[in-house]
Amino acid sequence: MINKQVNSLSEAVVDIFDGAIVMIGGFGEAGSPIELIHALIDHGAKNLTVVSNNTGSGHVGLAALIENKQVKKIICSFPRTANSTVFPELYNAGKIELELVPQGTLAERIRAGGAGIPAFYVPASVNTPLAEGKESRMFNEQEYVLEYGIKADFALVKAETADRYGNLLYHATARNFGPIMCTASKVAIVQVKKIVEAGQIDPETVVTPGIFVQKVIEVINPADESKLVEEEMSYP
Amino acid sequence: MINNDIKIGWDRAEMAQKVALDIPDGSYVNLGIGIPELVADFVPEGRELIYQTENGLLGMGPVPEEGKGDRELVNAGKKYITSIPGAAYFHHADSFTMIRGGHIDVCVLGAMQVSKHGDLANWSTGAKDAIPAVGGAMDLVAGVKRIFVITQHNTKHGDPKIVEECSFPLTGKEVVERIYSNLAILDIKKEGLFVRELAPNVSFEYLEEHTGAKLNQYLKTQV
Repeated sequence: MINKQVNSLSEAVVDIFDGAIVMIGGFGEAGSPIELIHALIDHGAKNLTVVSNNTGSGHVGLAALIENKQVKKIICSFPRTANSTVFPELYNAGKIELELVPQGTLAERIRAGGAGIPAFYVPASVNTPLAEGKESRMFNEQEYVLEYGIKADFALVKAETADRYGNLLYHATARNFGPIMCTASKVAIVQVKKIVEAGQIDPETVVTPGIFVQKVIEVINPADESKLVEEEMSYP
Repeated sequence: MINNDIKIGWDRAEMAQKVALDIPDGSYVNLGIGIPELVADFVPEGRELIYQTENGLLGMGPVPEEGKGDRELVNAGKKYITSIPGAAYFHHADSFTMIRGGHIDVCVLGAMQVSKHGDLANWSTGAKDAIPAVGGAMDLVAGVKRIFVITQHNTKHGDPKIVEECSFPLTGKEVVERIYSNLAILDIKKEGLFVRELAPNVSFEYLEEHTGAKLNQYLKTQV
């Protein structure tokens, strides 16, 4: 019998190893899997390469993972957010590496990674500093740059509802990078507010088919990141 | 003698209104963070625009009532929004398929600098200690059919933002079609910058003094 549900956050992240590439979903706090990130802090894997749109806020969630010195490199489109001080300080001190990628290119690199496409051409960033050193090619008299697909060892994703097969539904704009990160990682670990019986999710509405998901964990009342930041909480 | 009662130029709301008037009925529109967000408040009655926000919503509605926001329903600036009846959510690769794939009709962006060729710089001053952050700007200018810029004509220090050549790192080359500033509306053509409309109490000469690039006037028959 297939059952992807795990019963504890520590069990969900136990296999994450030093040096792993970890995709972390979310656009700001929307879709950020804060409980899974905190479990990864407890777990302690180091020298991680993190792929995520932002770098977190305050001293919780992704910012706390970075502050805890577990991340050696981040691949990201927007490492500046309101209340984001952890990343800027480490970056300016030369203690974390940044690969800055236009947001759409980041999304497509993840999508391509999941779809078995090693590289592709995009028009975004042509004639800008972000295209420097990259291969380029003309198609229909327009210039494009070569970008590479990204694959990860793990993805940490937040969704709304799952079943034991790993089929997923999301909520509003918390979907963002979740579905593509599940496809691009060997082990997609998903926290959801609710796990339902197989068959209770209408197959017509499934957003992420279960084949892309390896572990689901129920977190009924996930933390409100903004509130934690407001209260100046820090993790651990 | 300066008469303080004479208002020179447009305020932000008036600039946003000018942009809104130029977006055709039925357009799919992406609004950048900041002044561009104001455009949605000025859509003329009888026109329907659909707003896309690149973090995964087509059919973005107004800001919710105080206290009714959903942390997981936000715009690209990570502010609370609503979705309209008939809206759709999607993941980031689909979102940028809309953007890069040429399915969005108009994008309104802010600017640090715009050149007379339509080159846009709006993501980095290139300063060494600055944390570089690009977001979706490069994808938007590469893929959206029409790029409008809404910006103050000059920086806080009075330097021109509309220049012969951008000194800041580019977001995209030859991408901007029209600039809406507090002083004028400018079209960017192969032949250079053309003044489409002057704001109240702004003369062509005044505009020239505040612009870092050569300005051209349309012949009356061209407008």
